[in-house]
Parts: sequence; structure tokens; C-alpha cells
Amino acid sequence: MLYFVARRLFSALSVVLATLVVTFALFFIAPTDPAAAICGERNCTQERYNDIRENLHLDRPKVQQFAEYTAGIFAGRTFETSGVVQDCKAPCLGFSFKSNRPVTEMLASRIPVTVSLVAGYSVLVLTIGVFVGSMAAKRRGTTADRVLMSSTLVLSSIPYYIVALMISLYLTILYPILPRGGYTPLSESPGKWFAGLLTPWLVLGIYSCTQYARYSRGSMVETLSEDYIRTARAKGLSDRVVTYKHALRSGLIPVVTIFGLDIAGSLGGAIFTERIFDLPGLGNLVLSSLTTYDLPVIMGVVLVSSVILVTMNFVVDVAYSVIDPRVRLS
Amino acid sequence: MTAPANDASKGPQDAMVDTVPSEGGVTREQRNPAVASRERRTTAMSPSGETPYLVVEDLTVQFPTADGLVSAVNGLSYSVPLGRTLSIVGESGSGKSVSSMAVMGLHDRKRTRISGSIRLGGDELVGLSENELMKVRGDAVAMVFQDPQSSLHPLYTVGNQITEAYRVHHKVSKDVAKKRALEMLDLVGIPNPIRRFKQYPHEFSGGMRQRAMIAMGLVNDPKLVIADEPTTALDVTVQAQILDLLNNLQKEFGSAIVLITHDLGVVAEMADDVLVMYAGRCVEYGTAEDVLARPRMPYTWGLLESIPTVSAANERLRPIKGLPPSLLSLPGGCSFNPRCPYADRVKGERCTTDLPDLLRVDGAGAHTSRCHLHDKASIYEAEVAPRLG
Ligand SMILES: Nc1ncnc2c1ncn2[C@@H]1O[C@H](COP(=O)(O)OP(=O)(O)O)[C@@H](O)[C@H]1O
Ligand code: SF4
Ligand SMILES: [Mg+2]
Repeated sequence: MLYFVARRLFSALSVVLATLVVTFALFFIAPTDPAAAICGERNCTQERYNDIRENLHLDRPKVQQFAEYTAGIFAGRTFETSGVVQDCKAPCLGFSFKSNRPVTEMLASRIPVTVSLVAGYSVLVLTIGVFVGSMAAKRRGTTADRVLMSSTLVLSSIPYYIVALMISLYLTILYPILPRGGYTPLSESPGKWFAGLLTPWLVLGIYSCTQYARYSRGSMVETLSEDYIRTARAKGLSDRVVTYKHALRSGLIPVVTIFGLDIAGSLGGAIFTERIFDLPGLGNLVLSSLTTYDLPVIMGVVLVSSVILVTMNFVVDVAYSVIDPRVRLS
Repeated sequence: MTAPANDASKGPQDAMVDTVPSEGGVTREQRNPAVASRERRTTAMSPSGETPYLVVEDLTVQFPTADGLVSAVNGLSYSVPLGRTLSIVGESGSGKSVSSMAVMGLHDRKRTRISGSIRLGGDELVGLSENELMKVRGDAVAMVFQDPQSSLHPLYTVGNQITEAYRVHHKVSKDVAKKRALEMLDLVGIPNPIRRFKQYPHEFSGGMRQRAMIAMGLVNDPKLVIADEPTTALDVTVQAQILDLLNNLQKEFGSAIVLITHDLGVVAEMADDVLVMYAGRCVEYGTAEDVLARPRMPYTWGLLESIPTVSAANERLRPIKGLPPSLLSLPGGCSFNPRCPYADRVKGERCTTDLPDLLRVDGAGAHTSRCHLHDKASIYEAEVAPRLG
């Protein structure tokens, strides 16, 4: 197990490093000149423009720039603009062109928002989605099964953004059954954190829940017809234990696989949800930075997102090996 | 006792009738206790005598499907005393598994119609609630399935699965259950139980897996063991060992065994009584000696004739021609009539119009068969027996 985790951790780290290189390349492929962006459109003189280029080391070889950028992340670095020295502590991702605030600081307050969203989403689809699917599978062929499955079909055939807007309009504004979406840090008040995120979670998760319910039902129906399920029943185990212990463990494998493939998609969904509820997360930050070509911020968000993605993939891999011991034994 | 080498049975004829060369006659002397008990036969219900532990009476199992009602088992009756083995034989699809799953109460209630009576030590099982059946399953009755590869959970250790089977019926700590599981692994001849306990089924060989399966089945000391083709999925070399194991365990625990097989070599080896099934019905039933040495039904003759013999002089196989009928539309009269070479010897069209009753063969004894032929004994002696060599 330890060896397995170490191996996965190593491959996760290499993915992050690769992203770092790609992100940095973006910096130069991007259809904008960083120095010009900082300099601004109005009172930008050639002199000031050259100054900025020099201070950001944009005139140096790209490899050196990359080395400095990377070194900044791990050890911190200093910038010198017009004689003013700015110290940028590790992990340094540079300064925003627009607000001149350290990117790291800007990200720090926003990461928890997005992580909370995605974590809640994962819990939702992997509990409610899987549970509904398993329940339907256990009762396959009955009316309960048909009602459950056709309602997931109806729900999932309405486009996601319509469901999202309807929920936020009807259930939080017109008929305030659900609390208004908003973000309060978990450390400040867990209750408010939960209440504020509840609606965003539902909006983000409800569509996927219907899909996960259907994946799980399919997977569970198949598992329930396995010989070893008959063996479990022959032992005298109750239907509940047979379904939620013996069958679910195997039935989860394809669901977890889909979940792993779906992580990037769920981050995308999180961006959209942050927009609807105006949550101060990474998604909103990257959207506003894109309109202003605030490259250091964009790079920072991309990098952090890739770390989140890779971390989640790592968690999925480990979960996978916990469910299926053959994965780590082979 | 060793099973006959039966590599010949792995040939293409498998699909039709799986058979095994019997080494000529049955080594009946080796089953002496059973023979002795047969001589004491009184009015008891099983062909081999004694008070039965399992009594199945007029069992019918039907599945309503989109295409119609599938009658997989029809009016089946048999009984098995403690310490004895009943073999149920027949081609695949004849209802062997369905009938024994009914004894375990393993059929999906909503999709199965079961009628008749199944009594275990006098207690009726048909009609019991799921909760009541759960207490019986794995405790008084255990089942050993055909394919140990697919019948063990791939994601739990073998030890975990055996321990679980014990703890379902015994409120004991994990440690006590583990001790019991290790004991069972040892008992079924798995070397190094402590190491094996922690391994997953895919780390076991086929034979070892079946041993583990048997250990799991016997962990609660069941009075009845149903073994559904326990050796079919195994290597020929391992089959004999597993049968030996079952035999020895039966001697030790004195349980009743229902051994399902389509391998008459296994029957000769293991059975006290034999029940031949065809298309969901019992077509011949008696002691192993009666059914194997004095069969009185063309289908049984066909099964015996399709055993590949090892002797060089007679290597030809005589599989039963044709295929078993669809259970959705059984032929009228005797279900075997479209394939039966003797049907034209019955006067009139009775084979195609009247379902023969299961009748006593010699007017006495417990040997019964379902066939209209009058002169079964003489046809067998004159025509079939010589072909069997
Ligand atoms: N759940 C079911 N629904 C419909 N038909 C079934 C079902 N289970 C078994 N059968 C049919 O019952 C017949 C007997 O099956 P089975 O008892 O498994 O045969 P075997 O003698 O080979 O063990 C087969 O034709 C099979 O197709
Ligand atoms: S009843 Fe007729 S068809 Fe059936 S086995 Fe006897 S002879 Fe053959
Ligand atoms: Mg079968």
C-alpha cells in the first residue's frame, strides 16, 4: 500500500510540474505583451514600458525566466520596479498587473471557496447519487425503481443551467426555502458556511446526482447478478448487507472511474456556479482576470486548479485501491 | 477413493452431455456402509432407507417471463437422510440448479412461483418469510457452487469471507471467528492457513478456491450440504481431490449431501441414491446401484451410453441425439419422446399424448421410473447392457 501511494504521489507531482511548464509557455503564447498590459493604455511612455520589461526580466532568456518563476514558487523572489523593491515570499506567483497585489495572496482567499464547492459536490454525487442508484438496483423491476429512474431521466434532460437558474430563482428568492447562496469561511462559522453553500451545492450537484444514480443503478444491477452475490445470500446475510456491503463495493468501481474522469468537468461546473451565486472563488477570479489580461493571476489560477485536479485524482486512485485490492497487489 | 481420469470428457461432446468414463463397474464394495443400509430398507422414504433429513415433495418452480411461464421444475420429490448422498443428474438445463436453489430459498420471490413442500428435519421451508429463511441459509443448509472463481467475492480476503459466514450465525468476536476459520481452512486441506487467511481469491488456485468455498460452506456445521457441480469448473487432476474431501467431511460431520452433477463418473463415486432429471421432471429415481446397474428409462440409458469408455475397443461416443426441449413449450406426452429411440415400441401414440407417471420399477422397492415401455428390463438387458460393455 505504501509503495502504491508513493508511486501515485510521484506521478501526481510530475503532472503538476508538466502543468507548470505549460502554464509558463502560455505566458508567451498569449496574444498580449505583459509589459504593455502593466503599463496600461493611457500615460504609457516608451521609457516606462522599457523599464517594466527590464524589471520583470522579460528581456532575459526564457529558460532563465522560467527558472526564476519556478524558484519564486519554491523559495520566493524579489522584484524591483523603478527603484522600489518588492519582496515576494514563497510560494511566489508574481504580482497582479492590475492591482499589484501578490497573486498568492489573491488565490489564498479564493481556494477554500472553490475547494468547498467541489468537495460538497463530490460528497453529494457519491452519496445521494450512488445511494439512489443502489436503491433502485435493489428493487429493480418494481414500480419504485421505475419512478426513481424516470424522475432522474426527466431531471437530467432539462439543461443544467436552466435547473441552476430555476433553483436559485424559485427556491431562494421567490420562495425562500433554501438559504441564499454566499460564502462564509468555514473557520468563521461552520453553520453559515454550510447554509451559504447549500444551494450552490445543490445546483452544482443535482444534475450529476441524476447521472450518478443511473450509472450506479446500471453497475449495481450487473453486480447483483454475480455469482458471489448469490454466495453472500447463501451465507444467510440480509438483503441490506448483501446490497450495501457485498454488491456496493464492486458496484462502486465503475462509478469511481467515471468520477475520476469527471473531475475536470466538475471544476468547470464550479466556475459556472460561482458566477451564478457570485461566490469569491477561483472561477470568478479567472473570469475577471481573463477580461483584463492579468496574466500572473491567470497563470496562478491555472496552476492551482491543476494542483486541485491532480490531488483529487490522487485521492481517487487511492480510493480505487482501497476498494479493489487487486489494483495495488498487481 | 479416486475419481476416474476423465480427460476424455473435456472434448467437444461436453456441450451435449457431459460425461466421464466410468471404470467399468462401480466399486460398490467401497461404499459398503451405504449398501448395508440399503439391505435394512424398511418403509423409510429415501430409496436407500433411513429417516430422511431433507424431504422435497411435489416441488414446482416456475418463472413468469415475457415469453411465457417457464416451468423449470415440475412435481419433483426426493429425500435425503443424514450421512447420505443423493446425486441429481441430467443434462444442463434440466432444472438441477433451480430445484436446489429452491431448497436454499435463493430464488427471487417476486419473480418465482414455488409450490410443493420442502421440509428440513421436519420443518417446512416453503412459504417461510425472508427473515426466517435467512436463519436457515448457511446454517442448517450450505451450498457449494460450481465455479469457485466467480462464487467468491474478489474484493474480500478468503479469511474475511469465511469469518463473515461464521459470524452471521454465531454471535462471537472476530478473534473467535478467525480461529474457527483457520481451523476450517486446515480441515479442508489448505496448507499454511494463517498466510492463506489473508489472501484474496485470485491468489488461490482453482482447487484451493473450491476448498476455501467448502470451508466457508461447512463453517457452521450444516446438516445439509448442496454441492452444485462442485468439480465441473476444476482441473481433472483436482476433481478427485475435491470429491475425496467432500466424502471425508461427510464421514466426519455426518451431513446429508445433495450432489448435483452431469458426470456419471462422479455419481458412481459418491452417490447412495440417484435422481435423474429431464426437462424439470424426475424421470428415474433409486439407489445408485439400481439406477446405474438396472436403469429403467431410455433417458438414463442414453446418459449411460454417452459415457466415453476408455477401452480401446470401444472409443465411440453415443451422445443422446437432439437437444433438450424448450421449457416454454414442452412436447406433449413424455418430454423425452422427440429424442427417444424406443418411443415407437409403445403401443399407440401414448409417448406423445400421455405423460407417463413415475412408477415403481419392479412393483416393489423404491426404484421408480417414468416411461411407458412395458418390457424395460428385457430391452435393457438385451440391447442396452451389451452396448455398455
Ligand atoms: N430466473 C430464471 N428465469 C427464467 N428461466 C430460468 C431462470 N433460472 C433458470 N431458468 C431456466 O430453468 C432451466 C433450468 O435451469 P437449471 O436448473 O440451471 O439447469 P441445470 O440442470 O443445468 O442446473 C433452464 O432452462 C434455465 O434457462
Ligand atoms: S415414455 Fe416413450 S418416449 Fe418416454 S422414455 Fe418411455 S419410450 Fe421413450
Ligand atoms: Mg446448473
